[in-house]
Amino acid sequence: MTEDIKTRIRAIIAEQAMLDPEQVTDDATPEDLGIDSLGLVESIFAIEEEFDITIPFNANEPEKSDFDITNMGTIIAAVERLVAEKDG
Amino acid sequence: MSKKKGLSVGKQADRIDQGLAAPSVSQGGDKAGRDGLRRVVITGAGTINALGHDVASTLEAFREGRCGITQLDFRDVERLSIQIGGQIHNWTPETYFNRQQILLYDKFTQFTLLAAKQAVAQAGLNFEGALGLRSGVILGTAGGGLNTWDENYRAVYEEGKNRVHPFVVPKLMNNAAASHVSMEFGLRGPAFTVATACASSNHAMGLAFQMVRSGAADVMLSGGSEAMLCFGGVKAWEGLRVMSKDACRPFSANRNGMVQGEGAGVFVFEEYSRAKARGADILAEVVGFAMSSDAQDIVMPSAQGAERAITGAMTDGGLNRDQIGYINAHGTGTAANDKTECAAVAHAFGHHADKLMMSSTKSMHGHLIGGTGAVELLACIMALRDGVIAPTIGYQEADPECALDVVPNEAREVEVEAVLSNAFAFGGLNAVIALRRV
Repeated sequence: MTEDIKTRIRAIIAEQAMLDPEQVTDDATPEDLGIDSLGLVESIFAIEEEFDITIPFNANEPEKSDFDITNMGTIIAAVERLVAEKDG
Repeated sequence: MSKKKGLSVGKQADRIDQGLAAPSVSQGGDKAGRDGLRRVVITGAGTINALGHDVASTLEAFREGRCGITQLDFRDVERLSIQIGGQIHNWTPETYFNRQQILLYDKFTQFTLLAAKQAVAQAGLNFEGALGLRSGVILGTAGGGLNTWDENYRAVYEEGKNRVHPFVVPKLMNNAAASHVSMEFGLRGPAFTVATACASSNHAMGLAFQMVRSGAADVMLSGGSEAMLCFGGVKAWEGLRVMSKDACRPFSANRNGMVQGEGAGVFVFEEYSRAKARGADILAEVVGFAMSSDAQDIVMPSAQGAERAITGAMTDGGLNRDQIGYINAHGTGTAANDKTECAAVAHAFGHHADKLMMSSTKSMHGHLIGGTGAVELLACIMALRDGVIAPTIGYQEADPECALDVVPNEAREVEVEAVLSNAFAFGGLNAVIALRRV
């Protein structure tokens, strides 16, 4: 399940960043991957659609959102939590 | 600039009496503006917005620093993550329009007509006969009849209906408001609608100014309108994730996004010597206008593009930097706009940036998108005419990236000679208007 979530998120981000999924490592920041603010908003939308979840994210104060976008690892962990909450 | 300098006022009058909409350039009597261009003044104003249903109540709210942003109230609002907006409450179209008119007028047209009637009444103009041929209307809107789209899409998609009302198209089209204003007053000259997102009204008013200044028209009604507060209108904005869920706090370090508003503002722009000759009450003079395109990004603003429009408007109006006492900011309350706008103003004004005042009245009426510049021009007129600077309310924490005097929370009494009104749209389209006290 967790591996599956990780793989699906990496595929979404890789498509957005026009990279191979293998290049989307856990410690990579959105900036490292060349994803700008609009790209990030687009990626979050794609993740919401993929997992049918609602991600709390305001582009004006990304650091204050409950959704931690520091790097791919934090994004994956946050999505796993939201998916678990939805299923729970 | 003009090649028609020799045309006397008398001849001009004769030609108009014959029904010929000839270009007129008034050079006799009152002196013309710079480079022989005609001067343009505002002789009427009207509005409806979240702060009030007319100009007086809106200016009173500006002075009090009152917030018009409330819980949204319309169908399906519970399905939105954004629950606040500068919505016009107690709107009863049947007070102003008959049944047939209501069937034909989307809300954005209703707001426009109400504001236009107020403006024309204040100006005391009658457009019957020759004047109607020399008068027109240019309005801004981004969404046009968005409520009409929303209601009818719901009917055919969600409710599965296979029939819509015959007036759907004439009701939703973006030029509907301009056309109805033209019909209402018999304005038979230039009439059209400008759609440049959040700069629509400023572009519209800038073009109307240029038409009167150049002699293409003697009187132009101008401004703009927006009625986007419906389920689809707010849902679309939610997608960008730039909306605040609690308040519009422009320039404050803890700002967290924009808040939508709705309503209209309409003004009467009139050639100066004409207004003076008939003893009209002149609210302000429109002296300059400039527009620029960032040619860069569809949503992220550019300080350079904004600065070019700011300096361009001052140059066009023959104003020096130190003459500008107040700027009505675009000030959306987003992280990106406010810091970019402050950088543009700081760079454009140099040392004078520390002396001028700049506020965002969106903190009170919300962002009227295509109608916003029109309602905000009222704050510019108030500054020039009453010496009262509208505040930026909701201001809580200083932001080093917005280190200008943003007139936080309380209105201020200061005499100013000249002002600017900024509008910077998605798509990178900038439009700035310069006004001067008469």
